[in-house]
Amino acid sequence: MSIAACLHGENELNIFPSSPEHTRNRFAHRSQRLHLDLPLLLGLLLLSIIGLLVLYSASGQDLQLVVRQAVRLGMAFGVMLVVAQITPHLFFYWTPWLYALGILLLLAVLVAGEMSGGAQRWLQLGVVRFQPSEMLKIIVPMMIAYFFVDKELPPKVIHVIGAMLLALVPAILVAWEPDLGTALLILCAGGFVIFFAGIGWRFLLSLGVLATACAPLLWFLMHDYQRQRVLTFFNPEQDPLGAGYHIIQSKIAIGSGGLFGKGWLNGTQSQLDFLPERSTDFVFAVVSEEFGLLGIIALFAVYLFVIFRGLYLTLNTQELFGRLLGGGLVMTFFVYVFVNIGMVSGLLPVVGVPLPLLSYGGSSLVTLLAAFGILMSMNTHRRLLSD
Amino acid sequence: MQIGLTIKNIADELNLFRARVITAYYLIIVLSLMLIAQLTRLQIFEHEHFQTLSRDNRVKLTPIVPDRGFIFDRHGVVLAKNTPSYSLEVVPEDVPDIEAMLREMAGIIDIDEGDKNRFMRLLGRTYRFQSIPLKHRLTEVEVARFSVNRHRFPGVDIQARLTRDYPQGAMGVHAVGYVGRINEQELTQLDPVDYRGTNYIGKTGVEQAYENLLHGDVGYQHVEINAQGRTLRVLSGTPPVPGTDLYLTIDASLQAVAEAALKEEKGAVVAIEPTSGDILALVSMPGFDPNPFVRGIKEDAYRILRTSPKQPLFNRALLGQYPPGSTIKPFIGLAGLERNPNLIRHRMWCSGWYSLKDDKRIYRDWKRDGHGQMNLHRAIVRSCDVYFYQLALALGIDDLRDSLIRFGFGQTTGVDLVGEMSGLMPSRAWKRANRKEEWFPGETLITGIGQGFTLATPLQLAVATATLATRGMRFAPRIVDRLIKPTGEEIIVPPVRAGTITVSDEASWTQITDAMIGVVHEVGGTARGVGIGCTYPMAGKTGTVQVISLDPDEEYKREELDKKLHDHGLFIAFAPANKPRIAVSVVVENGGNGSQSAAPIARTILDHYLLGSEAPAIGDHSDR
Repeated sequence: MSIAACLHGENELNIFPSSPEHTRNRFAHRSQRLHLDLPLLLGLLLLSIIGLLVLYSASGQDLQLVVRQAVRLGMAFGVMLVVAQITPHLFFYWTPWLYALGILLLLAVLVAGEMSGGAQRWLQLGVVRFQPSEMLKIIVPMMIAYFFVDKELPPKVIHVIGAMLLALVPAILVAWEPDLGTALLILCAGGFVIFFAGIGWRFLLSLGVLATACAPLLWFLMHDYQRQRVLTFFNPEQDPLGAGYHIIQSKIAIGSGGLFGKGWLNGTQSQLDFLPERSTDFVFAVVSEEFGLLGIIALFAVYLFVIFRGLYLTLNTQELFGRLLGGGLVMTFFVYVFVNIGMVSGLLPVVGVPLPLLSYGGSSLVTLLAAFGILMSMNTHRRLLSD
Repeated sequence: MQIGLTIKNIADELNLFRARVITAYYLIIVLSLMLIAQLTRLQIFEHEHFQTLSRDNRVKLTPIVPDRGFIFDRHGVVLAKNTPSYSLEVVPEDVPDIEAMLREMAGIIDIDEGDKNRFMRLLGRTYRFQSIPLKHRLTEVEVARFSVNRHRFPGVDIQARLTRDYPQGAMGVHAVGYVGRINEQELTQLDPVDYRGTNYIGKTGVEQAYENLLHGDVGYQHVEINAQGRTLRVLSGTPPVPGTDLYLTIDASLQAVAEAALKEEKGAVVAIEPTSGDILALVSMPGFDPNPFVRGIKEDAYRILRTSPKQPLFNRALLGQYPPGSTIKPFIGLAGLERNPNLIRHRMWCSGWYSLKDDKRIYRDWKRDGHGQMNLHRAIVRSCDVYFYQLALALGIDDLRDSLIRFGFGQTTGVDLVGEMSGLMPSRAWKRANRKEEWFPGETLITGIGQGFTLATPLQLAVATATLATRGMRFAPRIVDRLIKPTGEEIIVPPVRAGTITVSDEASWTQITDAMIGVVHEVGGTARGVGIGCTYPMAGKTGTVQVISLDPDEEYKREELDKKLHDHGLFIAFAPANKPRIAVSVVVENGGNGSQSAAPIARTILDHYLLGSEAPAIGDHSDR
């Protein structure tokens, strides 16, 4: 059966009959054939272009660095394209094996991983060096969605606890490295799948209370530098040249940007080296300084468009597995954005979470776009499944 | 497929999921609004605060030191200027190998261990992009030698800085003064804003008294720096306002003549233009070269200056307090004439000594045999002590004092220099307050010949002499004639009248002046020697002051005494006597008789000033 024919067939599960799918043009047909969602793709490309422009400024107009990032983006979009071609069946069947592999790799990292910046996160496999913890950001929601597929929904408490364990085990292993940021993201990814599976509000509330009660316990488990970050968050001025320096300089950059910003390449905080980590985790401060509040609102709009489009796609996904996984992945993307901006603007403690598609660096990029690849695959392959 | 086989309520599941997605939408919107709220707070409400912080971050204010004003004599001879001095400076980040650079540099420019150690110390302390001096004060030869080899030394360059230079060296040093590094104590008193970046301050003389004008106003430069403090560009600035140039009343050639005339003697000369109070020469010998003080004088060189028995650092003209001796006689004579104009006709006999009733002490005249028949005129011409013993006694100490302070004795002259001494003019009240003793009549006697408690600085003597010359117009002496502001505006410093002396009979002035002319030009005058060949009428008075007290019966034998116990020789004069253009006071410490030591010096000065006799060459007449 031809794909084109599929597109025109009405589906009884289509929730939004007035969706733009009715008016898809020729490009949309082509993108559909490539199992891509055109609006989502355009949103992601727009973010990538903004990211490269900001990076040019943040890196002190280092064109080489921008080209390097562009190549990485190209590769990540390539990964997304490839992932989008894989049928949801395969994802479903691979899930337990991927999960097992992920846990094994995390253990391998702890045993034979490479130290870098005081943390053991990297695994050298032949010529490839990668962070297994990154993969877990996708594998954990996959595993939990897989776990809920044959369960009755809304889930029973015992099932929720089971799902939570599926997330907790890898999260604890990642936190051990230590990489608190990624561990939290893994927990979030898993948690949102549980949330979309329909966890009861009362249960959610009691979990929240439990988490608050456990916070002091977490304090004892934290490394010194992590504790320092939390202390710094509450009072950055206490140590203006040490741990507080990042956040103080970041707030100065954002605040001095004002409504309209200082203009592209004209941010004094960033151009004159006052802002640390300005092309990686603190790139948002550069955007704020150079483009002002209006620029930030525009950037927000693009992010929200991508997130809302992503959620919309999950609503249109036919199977439960795809819906739960898609919801979890999109919400994780939002958590990235929220935590990063919250941390850079002094609303949250400093956690090493990059701003998706804007921060310089490759490892999280591949994971992020692979997740969107899965989302597109789930959405675009659905008619084949209905046969 | 498995999903299909499971018995589940698909519609319920879907509704549940939809509800959850809607919840997620709300969650996202609420959290996004939180972020937007925080960013709005930072970027709109606290914008100004952060903008200030951002500006403070990147903009530093660097001071630009103003050029210090020049000092010229009244005819434009440069007494103090600024000259570039060259230092060898190194920017470490541009030097590939510091050790190799130092080794190679040693072949071209002599760099001693001290320089090298200081350089290495600074190297460890400063940023690598900041310039560090390797050697200060390069000679012209060293500058040339380095310039030829510059290509071999990347990151090394010659920097020119302006430093104070006194082209006349020791000449006029006690008038001009010198600048030196600001010390801790001065730092607490200076305006920290105006002196940001300034390292030097006037320490003595005009340099100290006119510091405010000479210094100028500091300029500022806003420079943009990055997080490491490297200057990236200059944003804006206020240029410094250079210091005001000063033209002194000093006549450099007269000053040089006076210094040369004192030769190796210790002493002071002050020459004043009577009609304005302009100080034409202010000499204190020996002097010293002020230039080493600018560079930071070496410890041992300073110790030699400080401990020298000749006290070259001591400004005798302003700070030296000497008994005026017989030079006070014309002033006492005037006081006598004021009391009784008939005094001029009064005669008395000088037998060489005088004694008071109920006092066994003998008050001798300097001339043991006595002067014989005396009147006021002859008493001044021959400097008869006995006459003035009696005159002083007749006037009484308090009247004497009241009369003399009108000439400026016992009080500061108001000169525009710092630290002058007031001298001392005693009175009964003074003695009671300071010595807790009653006044003895014998003390009135010796006050009559300028001994006892009476003290005067050479500057005071010159002012008093000038007041005699102008017949009662006393000016506060001044050393700065005019100011040239950086704008080119010229400001003339007006003469300052310090007082006017009115006498009951104007003829008194003529009578005293005639007597003083007699000192120089009459047979028997104590300064007859310097009057020989003098083509203009000169009025003068000698003075000789004992350094040690001799027993009344002991005779002063110059040859037998150590030089430092010799009498001080004094001389005051003004000329031409009929139309005075210059008044001068000369003090020669341990010079012996004033007529022989001090009077010839005065003659040389007056000759030069009035006749323009050959002057020692003065260099550097260049304009700025």
